[in-house]
Amino acid sequence: MMLAIASGKGGTGKTTVAVNLAHAFGRPLQLLDCDVEEPNGQLFLPGDALGEEIVTIPVPQVDESLCDSCGECGRFCAYHAIVSFGAKALVFAEMCHGCGGCAKVCPQKAIREIPKRIGVVEKRKSGDIVLLTGRLDVGQAMAPPLIRAVKECLNQNMPAILDAPPGTSCPVIVTIRGADFVLLVTEPTPFGLHDLKLAVDMVRELRIPFGVVVNRVGSGDDRVHVYCRRENVPILAEIPDDRRIAEAYSRGNLIVEALPEYRDLFADLAKKLLKAGNGGGG
Amino acid sequence: MKIAFTTSGSDLSAPLDSRFGRAPKFLVYDLDSESFEVIDNQQNLNAAQGAGIQSAEAVARSGAKALVSGHCGPNAFRVLVAAGIKIYNSDATTVAEALEQFRSGKLKEAGNADVEGHWG
Repeated sequence: MMLAIASGKGGTGKTTVAVNLAHAFGRPLQLLDCDVEEPNGQLFLPGDALGEEIVTIPVPQVDESLCDSCGECGRFCAYHAIVSFGAKALVFAEMCHGCGGCAKVCPQKAIREIPKRIGVVEKRKSGDIVLLTGRLDVGQAMAPPLIRAVKECLNQNMPAILDAPPGTSCPVIVTIRGADFVLLVTEPTPFGLHDLKLAVDMVRELRIPFGVVVNRVGSGDDRVHVYCRRENVPILAEIPDDRRIAEAYSRGNLIVEALPEYRDLFADLAKKLLKAGNGGGG
Repeated sequence: MKIAFTTSGSDLSAPLDSRFGRAPKFLVYDLDSESFEVIDNQQNLNAAQGAGIQSAEAVARSGAKALVSGHCGPNAFRVLVAAGIKIYNSDATTVAEALEQFRSGKLKEAGNADVEGHWG
C-alpha cells in the first residue's frame, strides 16, 4: 500500500501526520520525505544513517566546434533551457528538465548530455521505519526528478507513506501519482479551505481515492467541515488545537510518544487507511 | 541602427518599462529612418519560466543592436551578449526620454546583469 500525505496550504501538519501515523501503524514501513526543498521528517525519527545516493539529471553540453547555430535545439526545447539564433547554442542548465530532446534533434550531433547533480536521497532507519529523504541542493530548482529518484528507492513489498510538498503543482503531482490513497491535511481557516478545494480538485483529476484530516480543530470556523459534508469528502481524523502538540513538535518529539492520549487518534486513522487502501472509501 | 526599448505602450510618449523579460512590449526604433515598430511580448509576460531568454530572442530577431531597459537579469544578459546586442540601463520615464539619453551619449553600457533572475 502506498499512502500519500498532501495538502494545498503549507504548514497544515503534513509531516506531523506522516511521522505519527508511520509510528502508529506499528509495523515495518517506509516513510518517504518527498518535500525535497525542506525535508524535515528526520527531525522526528532519529536513527542510524544507512547511506546516501547522489541524484543527477542529464543536461546538454554543446561542442561549439560542431555547432552551426541552426537553432533546432532551441526550437525544440519547451523550457528555453537551450537557445541558438545566429550564435552558438547557449545552455541554461537550471531550466533543463533533462528530456534529452535537444541532443536528439541536433543535425550536427554537437550536443551530448552530461550529468548535473541536483541533490541526494538519504536513507536511515528508525525502529521499524525506513526513512528515505530527498534533499534538493541549495540553488537547484528542479524538484520533480529528485522526487522520482526518491520513489525509485521504494521497496514495493513494504507499505509506504509519502510526505508530499505543499501546493498542487508538479512536485506534488509527481509525489502522489501511483498512490493508493491520498490524505489531505487541512486546517479550519479560510486559507486552509481555499487550498483544500484546489487539492481536492487535483486528486479528483488524478482519480485517486482520498480523505481529509482536519488539524487544529477549534481554532477557526466550521467552513471546512461544511465543505466536506457538501462534497461527500470523508473526514478521517480531527486533531484538536492543542498547544502541547505544537510544543512537542517544536522539540522534535512525536505526539504519540509525548502525549499518549493521542495514540488512539492516530491508531484509529491508521486502521481506517488500511481499510480504504484495500479498496474501500474515497 | 535599431534600438529596442521596453514599454507598456505603443508610441514614443509611452512609459519605459523597468522590466526586460516581462515587459509587455518592445518599441524598436530605427535611427536611420527615424521610424519605429512595436513588438508584442504578451506571451513572455505570462511565461512560467524563461521569459528573459525568450524576450532576448525576440529583441535579437527584431534586428536591434542595442537594448534600453530599466533592468536586465542574468539569463537575458547572456543571450543578448551572445547575440551581439549592447545593453543600456535607463531610469527615464518615457521611451522618448530614453531615446534622447541614448542619442546624447548619456547611457553607459551595462557590463553585467544588474538584477537577479525573477526580481520583478
